[in-house]
Amino acid sequence: MANNKLSLEKYIEWAEKEHRALYEVMLEDNAKDMDTAPIAIEAKMQEMLQVMQESIDFGLTGVRSRSGLTGGSAKTLAETMAKPGYKSLLGPVAQDALVYALAVAEANAAMGRIVAAPTAGASGVLPGVLFSLKKHRNLSNIDLQKGLIVAGNIGMVIASRFSLSGAMGGCQAECGSAGAMAAGAAVSLLGGSAEQVGHAVAIVIKNMLGLVCDPVAGLVEVPCIKRNGGSAMQALLAAEMSLAGIKSFIPADEAIDAMKEVGEKMPCAFRETAEGGLANTPTALAWAKKYFSK
Amino acid sequence: MNLLDVIGPVMIGPSSSHTAGAVRLGLLAVSILGESPIKADIALHGSFAQTYRGHGTDMALLAGLMGWMPDDARIPEADIYAEQKGLQYKFSTINLGELTHPNTVRFHLEGVTGKTCVVTGSSIGGGQVCVTEIDDFPVELNGNLPGVLIVHQDRPGVIALVSGKLSEYKVNIAGMRVFRTNKGGTATMIIECDQMVPEEALKAIREIKNVESVRFINKVL
Repeated sequence: MANNKLSLEKYIEWAEKEHRALYEVMLEDNAKDMDTAPIAIEAKMQEMLQVMQESIDFGLTGVRSRSGLTGGSAKTLAETMAKPGYKSLLGPVAQDALVYALAVAEANAAMGRIVAAPTAGASGVLPGVLFSLKKHRNLSNIDLQKGLIVAGNIGMVIASRFSLSGAMGGCQAECGSAGAMAAGAAVSLLGGSAEQVGHAVAIVIKNMLGLVCDPVAGLVEVPCIKRNGGSAMQALLAAEMSLAGIKSFIPADEAIDAMKEVGEKMPCAFRETAEGGLANTPTALAWAKKYFSK
Repeated sequence: MNLLDVIGPVMIGPSSSHTAGAVRLGLLAVSILGESPIKADIALHGSFAQTYRGHGTDMALLAGLMGWMPDDARIPEADIYAEQKGLQYKFSTINLGELTHPNTVRFHLEGVTGKTCVVTGSSIGGGQVCVTEIDDFPVELNGNLPGVLIVHQDRPGVIALVSGKLSEYKVNIAGMRVFRTNKGGTATMIIECDQMVPEEALKAIREIKNVESVRFINKVL
């Protein structure tokens, strides 16, 4: 399946037909495509997980961005949630997924070292979901690597049918795709079937369809950082629904194709040009004016 | 796009186009110069000019000029290292016109042995780059493969002779573009190859009639 349009449904059928885990058939296919051994890919995934962990730790120190516009929210949230008697609106998995996703997104804005998975702007979503599951579901990095492989292949399917870039397809293609990837990873890590992975992916894409890319002053900060947190939440709620047996009426491949249609009709002002949406609000424009005159 | 393009690369944030791509543009510019730069005038156009401070594009470009990779943790302090290394640099903004890609940089470089070159390139998304001009000659080069830039007179047979020499040295041509100023005038050939081009092959190409200059450009990353 190296060329042209990839299909998540085809991977799902393949896994079901051979009664194998989704990550197994994906890994086999990736190794064949890249003309390398599966173990080499797994080793690379371990490296990526290591960097993800480091980026969470760096973000949690309360870093601020170069422009001074953002920073510190992951630390604030983590400290607040750790207070005795604090009553969170979220469960523990969602709490940490949110904190970690913000942490990595803030590390990114502060010129920290991150894994662009699928992009730098959406780099918080996968680590957020994966490392929260690691902590609360007692998983190892060896387990997480399976989730990462599933996530990566979901991203490849989206890239082949459309795009992972905000400049091409709006934030739906960037944070939306990251959320879909994380949802698929979560379902497979929690023992869901290949079919359930597909439903989780479709649910996230449907929920984030049409999201525009409108960064204030063109910087990867507002609204990107909080959207990383939001996408991690979308991933968890889609995984939860799918694991409970709730199906998406629209299959994943078709949902991705719908995202393509929406993205292609999206005006240029909403595709990372900082000319529309939040970037075009009085508050954003006033800040940008001050920033650019520095 | 393979799995490692989606899960990765590891990079210094915040932006694959404005940070990682900028490192790559610096690396490619040095590869075109063919030696370490000691002086760099760096002019930024469009979005690069507007947002370079917030995205650390300036640090990333300097990092590339020093030969660092996009995941080098020193990138946020690249200016300090550049000063320590004695790399003289200057940033300015430039307007290259509406039609120019918004993430574009023009380097004026001077190398350790006094070589100079002017390189214009754009960061076109996802960390990928495209050099569009070298010393006033239009080119198209992404740094993914080793390349040869040949300036020659637009005469019948020059292209055949050049490709013949490459074939003699067992170099496979992966891609090739030819540009000319006018019919019979000065032309440039940019050839991307699957293999490194040996020095003897470059020498043989230099000796071809109507070839004015030959520059080998190694791939980056």
